[in-house]
This record gives sequence, structure tokens and C-alpha cells, in this order.
Amino acid sequence: MAAFLGLFRRDLRLALRQGGEVGLVLGFFTLAVLLFPFGVGPEPELLDRIAGGIIWVAALLAAVLSLDRLFAADHADGGLDLIALSPLPLELSALAKIMAHWVTTGLPLTVISPLLALFVNLDPEGIPVLTLGLLLGTPALSLLGGIAAALTLGARRPGVLVSLVVLPLYLPPLIFGSGAVEASLTGDGAYAHLLLLGAVTLAALPLAPLATAAALRQALD
Amino acid sequence: MLSRFANPARFMRVSGAALPWFGAAAAAVLAVGLVWSLAIAPPDYQQGESVRIMFIHVPAAWMSLSVYLLVAMASAVALVWRHPLAEVAAQAAAPIGAAFTLICLATGSLWGRPMWGTWWVWDARLTSVLVLFFLYLGYIALVNAFDDRDRGARAGSLLALVGVVNLPIIKFSVDWWNTLHQPASVVKLGGPTIATSMLLPLLVMAVGFMLLFGWLLLLRMRTILNERKAEALRLYGQPANRRERAEALTGDAVARS
Repeated sequence: MAAFLGLFRRDLRLALRQGGEVGLVLGFFTLAVLLFPFGVGPEPELLDRIAGGIIWVAALLAAVLSLDRLFAADHADGGLDLIALSPLPLELSALAKIMAHWVTTGLPLTVISPLLALFVNLDPEGIPVLTLGLLLGTPALSLLGGIAAALTLGARRPGVLVSLVVLPLYLPPLIFGSGAVEASLTGDGAYAHLLLLGAVTLAALPLAPLATAAALRQALD
Repeated sequence: MLSRFANPARFMRVSGAALPWFGAAAAAVLAVGLVWSLAIAPPDYQQGESVRIMFIHVPAAWMSLSVYLLVAMASAVALVWRHPLAEVAAQAAAPIGAAFTLICLATGSLWGRPMWGTWWVWDARLTSVLVLFFLYLGYIALVNAFDDRDRGARAGSLLALVGVVNLPIIKFSVDWWNTLHQPASVVKLGGPTIATSMLLPLLVMAVGFMLLFGWLLLLRMRTILNERKAEALRLYGQPANRRERAEALTGDAVARS
């Protein structure tokens, strides 16, 4: 447990101290959301209708962009070999790193999402549902992304490849997350969507570290 | 059983003998199926002649999913038993499966234009086939993205397994999201709802597609194995003087052999 927390804290510290990586992800997320009104026009009704989807798609892209820092730096400087040699099972090490990734990307995205929702004119009733959905769904983004990041370690063009590999896997969180916002606005109730979103995250929680560790072992030997 | 077929030399012998038979059978069955479905089968009472697109579209859709399952199963065998041919089979099958998926999407789009009045709708079934296509592309891109061939093969195998776990979830979530496509009408409880005069040519076409797939798969597997052999020969020379050539090369190259 101490090793698990130690690795978690180390990754957190690295992300926070290495000059604004969190800021970059947030900046990208904000800019991506703010581009949409320029693209589709400023009519409030239109923006209100698509606001949930815009924010979810932007969150997905921001998560994909941040995936390369999950394992790549440790792989390049050999730290990953030491992590694999440590007595802590590689599955738990992967989970610790994925959790640190979520705390530095998914969580900040969730926190600023109400502010961005105002920019794209989301109905106030939808804002808590959007934030709750992101809170439930972004861990799944980090967990599934961990698999893709580990699989593409050492590839020739990891950036493009990782998005091709991971975006199809991100469809269920996207559908349920933006579906929840939509359902809360039409009065259907977002409860079922949020439950399914939680189910996706809960299913990914034990399975994704297994797949990630298997992929990391292949990258290392 | 598994190890009996793990020998590439034996595979080359057996597949070399089977290849022409697969090719001839595929050509014959597809010829019969095409004439039957495009000329003899009756037009639909609602859709008219355009229903004939179905005889290409539906078998391609069946194949697109079956081939993905085959890629995943071969990947599992390759990961668990390190079976050399399973890996080759998965890599050889994926582009064929992607082609079937593309045929399914393209013919579906051509069929949708006269029937639904649009080339494309974001309907659940269309969307899940599109996602399947991207899963294929991701697999192919990942396999080819590494300088080390084994690394690419193993990463691809893992991705195929992850994809097969995710496929039902994606399918289910997309189903929930939107639906316009007609429900399945051949495989369902209480027997097929499609007329026998259309079902028979459809099944003939399906068998033809399977034979075609078998032929292409063997052909591609043989090509991959031959490529590897050519590569090994280029690096180390003929088998007879392989040892002295290997000794003349750098220690690195010997280690890799």
C-alpha cells in the first residue's frame, strides 16, 4: 500500500511540478469548447441544444492528448523498468499511475466544466448533471486510455496512433455522458444514464489495469 | 493438435495444396450465387430491384463481424500459446475483415439512398459497423507501428482482445442511442421472416464469401511467411552457409537470429 501511494504521489508531484501540464490540458479543453460557438454560430438555442455534447467531446480529446505522458517519459528514462521490478504488482503500479493521471486531467476538467457550460449556454438544470457525469465518466477515460498508452509505447507515431486506438473505446462514456445531459433537459431524468456511466467506469476499474499491465510487460521485454 | 499445425513448413505444404481448391470453390459458388441473386431471385414487392444489394451487403456484414471474432480468437491463441501461425493468421485476416466492413458500409450507403432517401444516417447498426471498421484500422495501424515486428504483433493481439470485450458494450450503448435499421430478419426465434426464394441465394452468397475469405486468408498467410523467409535469407544467406554468414555478421545480428 505504501508503494502504491508512493508511486501515486510521485506521479502527482511530477505532473504538478513539471511546468503546467495540467494547465496545458485545461487550456486545450477550454479552447476546444470555445471554438464551437465560432464554428456553429452564436444562437443561444442551438448552443444550449449541443452544449453537453461539445463539452464531452472536448473532454475526450483533452484526455487523449494527455495520454502520452502517462508512461512515455518513464519508458524513455528507464523508470518503468524499475517500477516493473518493484515488489508491487505491475497491475497496481499501472492503477496508481492511471489514478494520478485522472487527478491531473479528469478531475480538473470536471471542476471547470460548470464554468465552460455557462459559455456554451447550457441550461442551469443540466450543469449539475454534466459535472456529475464527468466525475463518473472521466475515470473510465483514464483507465481505457492507460491501455492504449501502454500498447503504443515505443511506436513510431504514438500520438496519432493512440487516438485511433482509443477513440472507438471512448464511445460508451461519450454516449451515456452526453445522453445524461440531454435527458435531464428533456425531462426524462438522467438517472439511468448516470448509472450506466458509473457501470462503465466500474467495469473498467478492475479490467483496464490488467490489460495495461499486460501491455507494459510486452513493451518492456 | 495445436503444435502439430505450428510448423510453418508443414503449413506451407498443406496450404499450398488447399489454395487452388479454395480459389476454385469460391469462384464457382460466387458465380452461381451472383447469377442467382442478381438475375433469378424475385424483386422485392416494396423495394423492387434495389433489394438485390442485400445479396452483397448482408454477407459482407456477417463476414465483417465473424472475421473480427476470428482475429480476436487467433490473437488469444497467439498470446496464450505463443503460436506462431495464429499471429500470422490474425494479421493476415484483419485487412480482409476491414475490406468486408468497408464493402458492407458502401453497399449499405448505396442501398440507403433509394430506400431511406439518404446516404448515411446515424443509426445504431450503421454506427456500430463504422466503429468496427475503426477497430480494424486501429489494429492494423498498431501492428505496423513498431520497428520490432514481434512487439507490434503482441500489442495488436492485446488490442484485438480489448476490442472484443468492448464490442458488445459499444454495440449495446449505440443501440440505446438511436435506431432506424430494420431488425435482424434471418437469424431469430421462430424462423427467418425472409422469403425462401431470397434466402437461398443469400445463403449461397454467404458460403461464397466464406470461401473467398478462406482463399484470401491462406494467400495472405503464405505471403507473410514467404516475406519473412525472404527477409531471413537476405540477412543470413542460404541455409547451407547460414552459420558462416552469421558469424561474419555483427554479434547483434546473430543475437537477433
